[in-house]
Amino acid sequence: MASSGSGYDLSPTTFSPDGRIFQVEYASKAVSSSGTSVGIKCADGVVMVTEKLLGNKMLVGGSGRRVHGVDRHMGCCVTGLLSDGRQLVSRSRSESSNYEETYGIKGPPGVICERIAGFAHYFTMHGALRPFGATVMVAGFDEDTKEYSLHMIEPSGVSYRYYGCSAGKGRQGAKTELEKLDLETITCEEGLKQAVKIICQMRDEGKDKPMEIEAGWVRDGKWERVKDGKVSEIEKICKEELEEEEEDMEEDE
Amino acid sequence: FFIMTALSISNQGMSYAFNSPESTRLKPGELSTGTTIMAVPFKGGVVLGADSRVSTGTYIANRTSDKIAQLSEKIFCCRSGSAADTQALTDYVRFYLQQWEVESSRPATVKVAAHLMRKICYQNKDNLSAGVIVGGWDDIEGGSVYNIPLGGTMIKMDCAIGGSGSTYIYGLTDALHKGGMGEGDTLDMVKRCISHAMARDGSSGGIIRTCVVTKDGVKREYIPGNALPYGP
Repeated sequence: MASSGSGYDLSPTTFSPDGRIFQVEYASKAVSSSGTSVGIKCADGVVMVTEKLLGNKMLVGGSGRRVHGVDRHMGCCVTGLLSDGRQLVSRSRSESSNYEETYGIKGPPGVICERIAGFAHYFTMHGALRPFGATVMVAGFDEDTKEYSLHMIEPSGVSYRYYGCSAGKGRQGAKTELEKLDLETITCEEGLKQAVKIICQMRDEGKDKPMEIEAGWVRDGKWERVKDGKVSEIEKICKEELEEEEEDMEEDE
Repeated sequence: FFIMTALSISNQGMSYAFNSPESTRLKPGELSTGTTIMAVPFKGGVVLGADSRVSTGTYIANRTSDKIAQLSEKIFCCRSGSAADTQALTDYVRFYLQQWEVESSRPATVKVAAHLMRKICYQNKDNLSAGVIVGGWDDIEGGSVYNIPLGGTMIKMDCAIGGSGSTYIYGLTDALHKGGMGEGDTLDMVKRCISHAMARDGSSGGIIRTCVVTKDGVKREYIPGNALPYGP
């Protein structure tokens, strides 16, 4: 995307002659230079996995979280500018608890996501504000219909419900890999492994900095962060599998 | 459980019922839905019933009023206490419930309706004199009934009664109510119980209005005052 805004990109309150709002598009660019995130809606829950690029060796692992809980039945994963994402997470937490206080039931994920999307959208049409440079994936459980759902809210303020979604640097490749999975029957355990594998595949070992993988899932009606130990175990297994597959491919050639 | 509080001295001599909406705080001249109200869930739906007397002191302002208000297509609420307060409450809840339906893209549930009602009752407990019973059918729980007495507590119940006349039929409903009753039996029970209350409570009388809500729809009926199952 190498088009120059040439004067129409100074504020989100200005359309370009071809009908684009450049500031919102630039916000999406901020997201696509961040580590890859993958979300999969499985048969028995929803899994979200994200890759966190570690700035330097002094960082204590596990800090600077990208995966956050929103409520007992809902969690989210931030891609893009972490601090922008934190605002969105904070807003979703208050929306969710206000909903429960008013209506007495846990907010259906779809409804809460629409509210967050509306909040994000507000920042795309006011002169003194800029759009959020973060995409939020939301995994949740609807206590009335007993359905799991995966949603993604983009900087422009659109929110869709997905079977599988990806964001960040390797999202195109991740999307292709996701389409190969059988999403009707895949379990959360298997989905977690596949998602980690996809993230490992999208990395370019030579170029990319050291990274840490974070994951969270909604199963049995509850949101839970996947323990860091379990994630690194799976990461190791995936790397080994990928190496084997590479060797097999080389042999075939 | 019903915990009997000390007899509160009625300020107008209107009713001596324990802890009923009429014996607390109605302003002079204010209309009271003296009342017997009742709602019972059964397998497949809910039966709501009420008497029809509205009084100011000893004058019966309306002898055929409708105390069963509609909150949404399949959710109703029986009103007792101050007529003005309960009408305002049902208007508010109807409004918020409709907004909830639009935001959620699904039909209202009884739990949400009852929670909205309870919230308003509790937050305004100092200024309200209203005891309501919310009952209806939704496709998550089927038929369910929530009793929301004075003060704003919300209790899901298998057989809820309220209003000044209800105190006279606690024993009767305990004896007659069994789990697993069908639509016909439940409707009969409701009619009988309300007749008994109307026979003893000065603030209840007139006709019996009933409302049966199931997944197939709503049926409203009334029994004229000279055809009551029990009574003088």
